[in-house]
Amino acid sequence: MATYQLTINGENRDVEAVPETPLLWVLRDNLDLTGTKFGCGIAQCGACTVHLDGNPVRSCSTPISSVGTKKVTTIEGVSAEGLHPVQQAWMDENVPQCGYCQTGQIMSAIALIEKNPNPSDSEIEEAMKGNICRCGTYERIRKAIKRAANAEA
Amino acid sequence: MKTETYEHKIFKVTRRDFLKTTSVSMGGLLLGIQFSCTDTSKNLTGNPAAVFSPNLFISINGSGDVTLIAHRSEMGTGIRTSLPLIMADELEADWSRVKVEQAVGDEKYGDQNTDGSFSVRMFFTPLRKAGATVRLMLEQAAAKEWGVDVSECKAVNHEVVHTSGKVFGFGYLAEKAGALPIPDEKIVTLKDPKDFKYITKQSSIVDLKDIVTGKAKFGYDTKLPNTKFAVIKRNPEAGAGMKSFNVDAAMKVPGVLKVFKLEAPGFPTNFNKPLGGVAVVAENTWAAMKGREALEVVWEKGINADYNSLAYNADMAKRVKTKGKVRRENGKVDQALTKSKKVIEAEYSVPLISHTPMETPCALAHVHDNICEVWAPVQDPQMTRKSLAEALGLDVKAVTVNVTLLGGAFGRKSKPDFVVEAALISREIGSPVKILWTREDDIQHDFYHFPSAQYLKVGIDENNKVNAWLHRSTFPPIFGTADPKASEPSGFELSMGMVDLPYAIDNICCESQDSKAKIRIGWLRSVANIHHAFAVGSMVDEIAQVRGVDPVQNILDMLGEDRKIDFKALSPEFWNYNEKIEDFPWDTARFRKVIETAKEKSNWGKSLPKGSGQGISVHRSFLTYVACVVEVTVDENNKIKIPKVDYVVDCGIPVNPERIKSQFEGGATFAASLALKSEITVKNGAVEQHNFDDYSVARMTDAPYETAVHIIESGEKPTGVGEPPIPPFIPALCNAIYAATGKRIRQLPIKLA
Repeated sequence: MATYQLTINGENRDVEAVPETPLLWVLRDNLDLTGTKFGCGIAQCGACTVHLDGNPVRSCSTPISSVGTKKVTTIEGVSAEGLHPVQQAWMDENVPQCGYCQTGQIMSAIALIEKNPNPSDSEIEEAMKGNICRCGTYERIRKAIKRAANAEA
Repeated sequence: MKTETYEHKIFKVTRRDFLKTTSVSMGGLLLGIQFSCTDTSKNLTGNPAAVFSPNLFISINGSGDVTLIAHRSEMGTGIRTSLPLIMADELEADWSRVKVEQAVGDEKYGDQNTDGSFSVRMFFTPLRKAGATVRLMLEQAAAKEWGVDVSECKAVNHEVVHTSGKVFGFGYLAEKAGALPIPDEKIVTLKDPKDFKYITKQSSIVDLKDIVTGKAKFGYDTKLPNTKFAVIKRNPEAGAGMKSFNVDAAMKVPGVLKVFKLEAPGFPTNFNKPLGGVAVVAENTWAAMKGREALEVVWEKGINADYNSLAYNADMAKRVKTKGKVRRENGKVDQALTKSKKVIEAEYSVPLISHTPMETPCALAHVHDNICEVWAPVQDPQMTRKSLAEALGLDVKAVTVNVTLLGGAFGRKSKPDFVVEAALISREIGSPVKILWTREDDIQHDFYHFPSAQYLKVGIDENNKVNAWLHRSTFPPIFGTADPKASEPSGFELSMGMVDLPYAIDNICCESQDSKAKIRIGWLRSVANIHHAFAVGSMVDEIAQVRGVDPVQNILDMLGEDRKIDFKALSPEFWNYNEKIEDFPWDTARFRKVIETAKEKSNWGKSLPKGSGQGISVHRSFLTYVACVVEVTVDENNKIKIPKVDYVVDCGIPVNPERIKSQFEGGATFAASLALKSEITVKNGAVEQHNFDDYSVARMTDAPYETAVHIIESGEKPTGVGEPPIPPFIPALCNAIYAATGKRIRQLPIKLA
């Protein structure tokens, strides 16, 4: 066991964990931040996507010992108040069905739009193909990303 | 699958009577009337918090807040929104003042088994009546207050308005309505559909904001004080036992608390029994997973240790070509085939398939002091409750099943085995326990969609008309998971796209061959329709080619004149999705209309570049009529892309069009996984796939780019939309690939290279 000082959603949090523990389980089991989901455990599905210094990472495959001083942002922290434009676009397009993968999808989408404010279809596919949705909401995800991009432009 | 029939009655009972009547009203929607006011008599007057709860599903408090109960499980269809919407509409409630609460598993709510695409079909009218009854009571209360006739009072948007313009709010009237007797059902009138405010209109789901902000609670998101975390190591061969295990290395993993054996059920396992194995309980999920990795186990070999899916499927394909048991026969197929000018023969096969909902099976259980409480993503909370009571030796009344949101299910979570696991572990360690199935657990220990083989032989006579149709189907029946003797495909499974063939052909013979389950199998979104629609829809397209007729025209030719087909007379085993054929006829006019509309909406026959093509298929499942046109492109590397899908849907009154569309958009992608990606194989009794790296499902790059959903305007009784998108998509895609490349697909998943 070791103690890690993390910056999560702008707050300093100390957690005790075995160094190899994935960030996903620290967020969920230690810190009760349950908006980040388990889907595969091997960085294949994207349900656990969070940001480290603004970059999307799969928290299921990110050991807690590798986080260091990087700022962690989870779905709970994407907007200080109200909704992030991507979340708003997700609502406007009625994207979710079961909803389970959607927080990971939104985290991938926010990271995309912040780097590329006007992504093309192929850029959206490239950024989003690591996020699986078994309900099959991909078409609306693409529309929501374009809507959010237009809203931010 | 459903076996009961459903009635609905509205009657007044005291709380005590209520408990008595529930036991005789199993399976029915019980609208027992309970007055909370009388239960809390000291608060009867002058209490703004007095609650008017005229039935199990609706309550209104003194502030006018309406609470509606959602008793069916939300797994992504939007049912937690659509059913309350039906009540709110008849109640004339303001949707913005409605709160939806999820019911626990209890027979008093009537059927809660959320499968078979029947929630709206079964509850549309009863819930309308529930809402309308409460609306009338509010109008009666207002009439009494004003001393006027009730005919002068009308509920409008959370208020009752008198013809003079006077108004009372629902909140003001709630307590007064609670003092009135329940009106006779005969004087309760339902709205004219033209007055619907929410039904057939667009509505967002009630959980939308919670989902996009990460606040929505799924099965692994609730925690109690002192909750421990568990995973289980299971025998790779379903149901088989264990010779020995060594816990030493596992116990050395930091955070691991306890490791112990769970009894294996043998095979067949049944639908609600855990697989047994070794439970590893720890302070957190990661420690439990690492502890399991360190565990040393020597498994026993069970009765399916020699099961190899490749050999099994080859054997099915061989046997299905021979004469089987006749399940439907019209005319004489053998004789007719000798007179056919042209004969087409084809074999079709579909592999084992895993559900892989994004949320793996998981649950929180707390067993203590002879009670059990669970929080779980289950499709069937009543079966879960009974299974827990049985496994723990408790009375069902001691078991509470709280239903969380389901992170997808597709049929997997109708089996509560994983919830029972959590409860058994909680009892053993004396703390609340959360169990997690890793993705490997999910893919290796599912209740798989069963494998199948089919053989079709079709004759075309000298007039270029189909004169003979022979269809043989074999697959292990789902009940093989519970019954060691079950090996004959059952009538309900064959009624999913085989014996209910609607085409006007003089000589038809449908036969089945037995096969035995060697692994846990179960229902997956649209069940036996998957393989039957694949074979029938593909063969119909082959017929078009041989006849030299456009595929759409060919289907219409084969369909013949508009008529209602009495399949019960043609096949005594015919199962109309548990509905009487008089109530939900098999209407070829509706079938024809979806085809003709699809032709128009898809711009059928439009000119496409080389390597592109359109394909059509049409199928009735779960009483809903669906035509599907898929447009495909296949490049020189055999890469398949789906730029456009057009669905035409006749599901009767479209209760929630926005969610109907989303079910079809998503259904196209789910079906694309089945067609293009997913296959489970088994070697020596063990599943060979592990995770999304070797068990593939559709990603954004594989999914249809655009799915247009055209809903037929209808006043017919509403029918389900969860499963019906799947069956026609797969043959439509295969037929499109044929149009694009000239290659016929007869085996799933599609491999063009």
